[in-house]
Amino acid sequence: MSWLCAFWRSSIGGKLTMAVTGLLLFGFVVAHLLGNLQLLGGQEKLNAYAKMLHDLGSLLWVARIGLLLIFVLHIVTAIRLSRSNRSARPVQYAKSATLQASFASRSMLFSGLSLLGFVIYHLLHFTLGVVHVDEVAKKGADGHDVYSMVVASFSKAPVAAAYIAFQVLLFFHLQHGLQSFAQTLGLHHARYTPMIKSLAFLLALVVAGGNILVVLYPSLWLAKGAA
Amino acid sequence: MKVKLHIWRQSKASTAQNFAQDGKMVVYELDNVSKDMSFLEMLDFLNDKLTREGELPVAFDHDCREGVCGSCGIVIDGIPHGPQRGTTTCQLHMRSFKDGAEIYLEPMRAKAFPVLKDLVVNRSAFDRVVQAGAFISVSTGAPKDANAILVAKDAAEKAFDAATCIGCGACVAACKNASAMLFVGAKVSHFLHLPQGQPERDRRARNLVTAMDKEGFGNCTNQNECEAVCPKEISVRVIAEMNREFVRAKLREEPPSHKRVGGDG
Amino acid sequence: MKLDARIPDGPIEGKWEKRRFDLKLVNPANKRKYKVLVVGSGLAGASAAASMAELGYQVECFCFQDSPRRAHSIAAQGGINAAKNYRNDGDSVWRLFYDTVKGGDFRAREANVYRLAQLSVNIIDQAVAQGVPFAREYSGLLDNRSFGGAQVSRTFYARGQTGQQLLLGAYSALSRQIGLGTVKMFPRTEMLDVVVIDGHAKGIVVRDLLTGEIRTHKGDAVVLATGGYGNVFYLSTNAKGCNVTATWRAYKRGAGFANPCYTQIHPTCIPVSGDHQSKLTLMSESLRNDGRVWVPLKKGEKRKPIDIPDSERDYYLERKYPSFGNLAPRDIASRAAMQVCDEGRGIGDTGLGVYLDFRDSIARLGKDAIAARYGNLFHMYARITAEDPYSQPMRIFPAVHYTMGGLWVDYDLQSTIPGLFVCGEANFSDHGSNRLGASALMQGLADGYFVLPYTIGGYLAGQKATAGIIEHPEFARVAAEVTAMTKKLLDIKGTRPVDDFHKALGKIMWSKCGMARTEAGLKDAIQQITKLRAEFWRDVKVLGSESTLNQSLEKAGRVADFLEFGELMCRDALERRESCGGHFREEWQELGEAKRDDENFRHSAVWEYAGPDKTPIRNTEQLEFENVHLAVRSYK
Repeated sequence: MSWLCAFWRSSIGGKLTMAVTGLLLFGFVVAHLLGNLQLLGGQEKLNAYAKMLHDLGSLLWVARIGLLLIFVLHIVTAIRLSRSNRSARPVQYAKSATLQASFASRSMLFSGLSLLGFVIYHLLHFTLGVVHVDEVAKKGADGHDVYSMVVASFSKAPVAAAYIAFQVLLFFHLQHGLQSFAQTLGLHHARYTPMIKSLAFLLALVVAGGNILVVLYPSLWLAKGAA
Repeated sequence: MKVKLHIWRQSKASTAQNFAQDGKMVVYELDNVSKDMSFLEMLDFLNDKLTREGELPVAFDHDCREGVCGSCGIVIDGIPHGPQRGTTTCQLHMRSFKDGAEIYLEPMRAKAFPVLKDLVVNRSAFDRVVQAGAFISVSTGAPKDANAILVAKDAAEKAFDAATCIGCGACVAACKNASAMLFVGAKVSHFLHLPQGQPERDRRARNLVTAMDKEGFGNCTNQNECEAVCPKEISVRVIAEMNREFVRAKLREEPPSHKRVGGDG
Repeated sequence: MKLDARIPDGPIEGKWEKRRFDLKLVNPANKRKYKVLVVGSGLAGASAAASMAELGYQVECFCFQDSPRRAHSIAAQGGINAAKNYRNDGDSVWRLFYDTVKGGDFRAREANVYRLAQLSVNIIDQAVAQGVPFAREYSGLLDNRSFGGAQVSRTFYARGQTGQQLLLGAYSALSRQIGLGTVKMFPRTEMLDVVVIDGHAKGIVVRDLLTGEIRTHKGDAVVLATGGYGNVFYLSTNAKGCNVTATWRAYKRGAGFANPCYTQIHPTCIPVSGDHQSKLTLMSESLRNDGRVWVPLKKGEKRKPIDIPDSERDYYLERKYPSFGNLAPRDIASRAAMQVCDEGRGIGDTGLGVYLDFRDSIARLGKDAIAARYGNLFHMYARITAEDPYSQPMRIFPAVHYTMGGLWVDYDLQSTIPGLFVCGEANFSDHGSNRLGASALMQGLADGYFVLPYTIGGYLAGQKATAGIIEHPEFARVAAEVTAMTKKLLDIKGTRPVDDFHKALGKIMWSKCGMARTEAGLKDAIQQITKLRAEFWRDVKVLGSESTLNQSLEKAGRVADFLEFGELMCRDALERRESCGGHFREEWQELGEAKRDDENFRHSAVWEYAGPDKTPIRNTEQLEFENVHLAVRSYK
């Protein structure tokens, strides 16, 4: 195990850890999005999906623990790398300038830490139900009416706004993360790299856009339907 | 033309405990600067004036003044080597600045490059990385005829694109993380594309990255600022290649065996 | 001064092999008991240090730059010659030998030149094995191009950065040895004196440029690979740090200095733009493969170059030297440029310039082909001049580039001080009075990789190994002298900065001892230099202390040496009453071409230091030409 540890501690080992865990997390985000989109299918569809997940039982816990480990590894590695990056420049420039670094690339730590906060908030909200208790209560005594809970939550403007804001951060984080993944794995080619960048942009847009669609669904479509 | 210079003055060398060493930005106004002067000639002009006035001239590294020795590398307005792309400080000319411009001159900032005096930094970390493996282990003697091993033109060009690195350190200075991956990647890439570099391929990648990490450089976060300031316009392709090579070498590495004699030198 | 070149007997083809066999060997186990000090880390120094360490000697290597990779060899652009005959165009070791002797205007030692030509092929093999990315053809074979002064294509190149790539090759070999602990590297360390004990070089005195510490290093032999002295002209294509100090101080300790007046003026440099100019930039000679050199026919022409029709242009190199045309050797091309400027047909604001025009090549080969060959040079030109050489001709003018003179060495590269070896541009070299293009890299590497590692063994085998552990009062005495000189420079506290004196010296040297020299001019120069030197020691202003990084102090020491050396150079030029190669005396010419005097001057002049303020002694080494017959050099 020591060689694995040494590999992780190396600069490129750290980068690779970020890239691989990042990609796995991206996979989760995509799967989560597909689940979210069930909302658009209506109350029955979403609730059936929620029940299906719930019925996985111990398997669900395996997935949750696996996901947690990946998540922790991603964060711990990020913190280790950031600390070493910070110490690599003990004195800052009096005048600094940026030539081509994208906004997304420069705000990875910020977007990452914000997303960590968001995930905790999100878990407290929908999974543990300790915030926005009134809306969470809508899922009923047996807890099967997830649909009502979600609709109730996103119908409240501040909640919806918060979720949307975090999706914008997710967009930036994914956009840079995905293209970095390719570079870190050593995929660089004069022709394909620009394509990879476009693809990263597109994927990030689809994920963040899809989630935003879900957040907006109650207020736009349902409200219209009610009127 | 006239310029207002903000220059970092530091009389003592940085130490791990006191990196800034009470250095500070000092303002100098300089008149009668010709637009045909190179940036370093402008500094010569300033130093001439300072010396005559009894003030210590500004120390800065420079030598060939034709963009290839890699000695110079002042951070000008936050950009190593200044505003013109693909240009070293010595080849930058004052015509790139407006009359009356305010210009900030700072030394390269990195833990691995401690400031020695004013704008002069210690870049010996680069030499130590090279010593760890940026070479082909061939001794002087009688290698085969130069044409005995064919090298595809494209491969030679790619190797050259990396080998053109002048070791100035601008990549480190520009990187927000003070990472040296463009420099080290260039060394990996240079030998990677040549058939002569193959026998030591794995060892080289491992040793170079290990040596780089030991020097206290930061890590790459793929912002590509290094590529933008590189006076030889070396592409971040070399970083991708180094990543790949290192991972490959690590995966192929076998546990140390006592059966094999001889060191890893 | 006894000058024994120690050339081996026998036919020229077998001399080097014979010497290698005759040299005594040092037992492999004993090699590590010898310590060799190598000063300089350019092509010659780095290759010598690495090769000797590989053999097993303890090596210490010194350079004043912050890294051995920055030595000025790095700036060589065009290429390196080797008699590989890969092009099947009739090249051979013999032809390279012949071209070099003739190109040097019959002022080089035949045996050395022949060895250089022989070794040229090994250098390419060595460099390729090190991973030097030379230009290739689509077949994967090495590419060649032609270069000034040769009618065959024997120049190997790596775009316009051949020196850089070769130096990085040597630097990588050196780095490998540093990593292995066999070479101890001392960057930012300047050699300031040689310590000679019982007639043998046993150490050096250096100044640590960061702490100012004056230190002695002891060894069993000393190698100087400290480059040329072109900066005596202030403006040259040399790096700012290039200096004569190491070789000059060795001269003052008893090493003979040969042919200091042999300087090469390179024909294709970017013209001076003003008084602020700190150095001149070379545009590789390879540009003359595709560029045509011309000036307007009319004096005082004011039209833009592109508006001047062909009928009103004078392609003077093609006109005067039809068989070599634009590829005429450097000394000839430089002088021709000076002549047209003297006639008032020079171009640019100063009238000191000629055009180098790519119009026809671009029309014939296309812009892309020209960009592929010279892209980086065009880029560099555009950056410096803010003019686009693709759409208008380059402006070029000759500039000091290389110095053929240097410390005298015998066949084994040993100076007149036993144990003091000199290689690369620092020695008086194999180029005679004019160096052909792409030959400097060849010589530096041949000396360092293939000659010195052998010959130094021959010397060491006859010496008791000390591993640098020697006690002798001479070390402290020389160190004290160096310390005193450093203090003296700081104590003057005059009014004029060092550069002021350097510029003044440069002006004297360029006008009186530059491209054309006369007896009256040289005598005047000697007087002016003497005056300037006195002025320097009275009025130079060096601020700061000796115990820190002090770039003004470093410069002051170098300029002080240039002020002495410049005089010797003028003296040598004065005494050489003939024209040969880069040395052109106006009194000796025939139809504008240099006129040699083989009867009286078929020798190398070797100057011997006679003491402060004493006229140095001129010794000679007679040159014999048994294989290449003396002839008037003609490129017509």
